Amino acid sequence: MARGSPPVHRHRAHREGLPRHILELSDLTLRFGGVTSLAGLTMDVRGGELLALIGPNGAGKTSVLNCISGLYRPQEGSITLTGRDGERHALARLAPHRIAALGVARTFQNIELFKHLTVLDNLMLGRHVHMNGGVLSGGLYWGRQREREIEHRQYVEQVIDFMNLEPLRSAVVGNLAYGNQRLVEMARALALDPHLLLLDEPTAGMNAEEKESMARFILDVHEEQGLTVVVVDHSIDVIMDIADRVVVLDFGRRIADGSPDEVRNDPAVIDAYLGTRADDPGRRGEAP
Amino acid sequence: MSLDCGVFHTRYESDMGLRPRPLQRLRLVTLALFVLVFPFVASPYWLDLANQVAIATVGAIGLNILVGYTGQISLGQGAFMAIGAYTAGLLTLNFGVPWGASVFAACLVTAAAGTFFGLPSLRLKGLYLAIATLAAQEIVEWGMTNWTAVTGGTEAIVLPAPVLLGVRMNTNFNFYWLAVLTAGGTALFAANLMRTRIGRAFAAVRDQDIAASVIGVDVFRTKLLAFATSSFFVGLAGAMIAFHRNIITWERFTLSTSIVFLAMIIVGGLGSIRGSFLGAALITLLPAMITNLGRAIQDTAPQAASLLPYAQQAVFGIVIILFLIFEPRGLSKLWENAKDYFHVWPFAYRRGESRG
Repeated sequence: MARGSPPVHRHRAHREGLPRHILELSDLTLRFGGVTSLAGLTMDVRGGELLALIGPNGAGKTSVLNCISGLYRPQEGSITLTGRDGERHALARLAPHRIAALGVARTFQNIELFKHLTVLDNLMLGRHVHMNGGVLSGGLYWGRQREREIEHRQYVEQVIDFMNLEPLRSAVVGNLAYGNQRLVEMARALALDPHLLLLDEPTAGMNAEEKESMARFILDVHEEQGLTVVVVDHSIDVIMDIADRVVVLDFGRRIADGSPDEVRNDPAVIDAYLGTRADDPGRRGEAP
Repeated sequence: MSLDCGVFHTRYESDMGLRPRPLQRLRLVTLALFVLVFPFVASPYWLDLANQVAIATVGAIGLNILVGYTGQISLGQGAFMAIGAYTAGLLTLNFGVPWGASVFAACLVTAAAGTFFGLPSLRLKGLYLAIATLAAQEIVEWGMTNWTAVTGGTEAIVLPAPVLLGVRMNTNFNFYWLAVLTAGGTALFAANLMRTRIGRAFAAVRDQDIAASVIGVDVFRTKLLAFATSSFFVGLAGAMIAFHRNIITWERFTLSTSIVFLAMIIVGGLGSIRGSFLGAALITLLPAMITNLGRAIQDTAPQAASLLPYAQQAVFGIVIILFLIFEPRGLSKLWENAKDYFHVWPFAYRRGESRG
C-alpha cells in the first residue's frame, strides 16, 4: 500500500477539532434580473455534520451551493467559512478556485467531469490545489516534479480504493456509464481532501440500487472520514435516512430547520411541498 | 487505449512513464534509428522536405497545445510565427546577437505577444475568440508589410547562416540535425507537460471550465499560460523558418499559414503530440507528392498532369473534409487503431467483444 497516512485516520483524529460552525450564511440575497433566487437566507453548517438541503423546485438549493463555491455572486449578505486552520474567510467575493483552495469541494447536478480525460487524470485534477509546479518543471519532468506526481498519485489511489473505482482507473470518463460517472465526480471532489463537501443531487437519475450504494458512500465519507457534508437532493426518502439535520428552503428562504423527524412533521414544510396554503393557490409542488 | 496484457507495473513510476510498454520502446528506437540513418541516404530534396516537416512539427505542437489541449481556437498562428521569425532575424542582423540567443529571445517575445493577444480569452470563447485572434493576425500582417523602417516592408530580409560548434548550418544536411533535435525536444517537453499538473489544467479548461474552476484551477491564468506556452513554440518554429532558408519574407506568415497549421492539427489529431507530427508531415508532403505525381505522369497522361496544380488546391480541402467526416480524431487515431489491431493479431476477437 502507498506511503503516507491514509486520509481516513487523519480525519477521524481531526474531527474533534472541527469548529462549531464551518459555514455561516447570513442575509444572503441573490437576484437574476427581476427573479429573486435567494431572499435573505440565513443558515449555518456545523462542523462534522451531514446536512440535507431540501425544498420544492426553484427553492434556491442549487443557488446556495453555487454561492458557496463562488459561481454566483450574491448581491447582499455574507458567507463565512471557518477553515481548517480556524481562520475565518469571507467567501462571497472570492473566485471559485480560491474557495477550492480553502477546501470546499463539490459535485454538480448535471455531472461536470473532464470527459476526454481518464478517471485517473480527473482525480489528479482534484489534487491540483495541493500541488506545485509550473510549465517549465512539468515539461522537464525532472526531480521534484516527478516525485510530486508520484506522491499525489498515491493519494489518488487511496480515493480510488475507497470508491471502488479500480477497474475504471484508466477508462476515459466520457465513455463511462452514468452511475459510474457520478461516482467518479464524487471521487474527484474527495481527491481534493475537502474540509467541506457539497453534493448537488448525487442520486439524480439513479435507480433504487444505485441510490442505495451512493447513500452508502455518502455515509462512509461522513462517518469514516468525519467530513462535513451538505447534500441537496430530491430523493427525500434517501436524504431523510442519512441526514443529521435538514434545512428546508422555499422561495429562497429557510422555512424549517431541524432533525429529519421534526422537519417531516413541520406544517410549513407540508405546505411548501403540497401547496395547500390558502394565500398561494396556484403553486406547483411535489409530494414529500 | 488497448489493454496492457501481460505487462505488470509494480511501481507508480513505471506505470506513469511516457512509454510504459516494451513494444512502445522498441518502436521509439526504430524511429530514432530511421532518423539517424535518413540524412545519409536521402537526396537533398528529401532532406529539405524533412527539415520543413521538423519545423512544421514544432509549430503544430505549439498550436495543438492551445487548440487541441486547451480548447482555445487561434487563427493567429501565422502572426506568432512572424513575430518569432522577425525577432530572431532582426536581433541577429541589426544587433549582432548570436543566433542561438536571438532564437531564444524570439521565443520569449512571441510568448509575451501570445499572452497579450490571449487576454480576450477572459471573456471570449469559441468562434468569438477565433475572431479576436484573427485581429492579431491582421495587425501583425499589417505591421510586417507597413512598418518598413524595422521589418523592411515587403522586401525580404537576408540573414547570415547560423553556425553551431563551428559548423555552418547552410546545408540541409547540417540543418537537419538541429531541426530534428528541436522537434524531438519540443515533442518531449510537450508530452511531459501534458501528463503533469499544468497540462491537466489545460485539458480541464477545455473540457469543462466551470468544473475546472471549482476544483481549484485558475481558469484565466491557465488560459494565458496556454497562450504563452503555445506561442513560445510557435515563435520557435518561426525563428527556425528564418534560419532554415536564411531569408524572411512576409508571405510565409499570412492568414493562409494559420489555416494550414490548423489543418495540420485537425488532420493529425487534436490534443495529440503524435498527431501534430503526423499532420505536419502529411500537410507538408502532400503538395510535394502531387507535384512528383505530375512529373511522373507528364509523358503518359499530359492532360491529367496539367490539371494537377489545380488538384493541389482541392486535395488540401478534400483531405480536411474527409478527415472531419471519417476520422475526426485524425491520423493519430488511425495509428492507434492500427496498433490495436496488431496488438492481438493474429488472434483478434470480433469487433466489440474486446472492450466492455
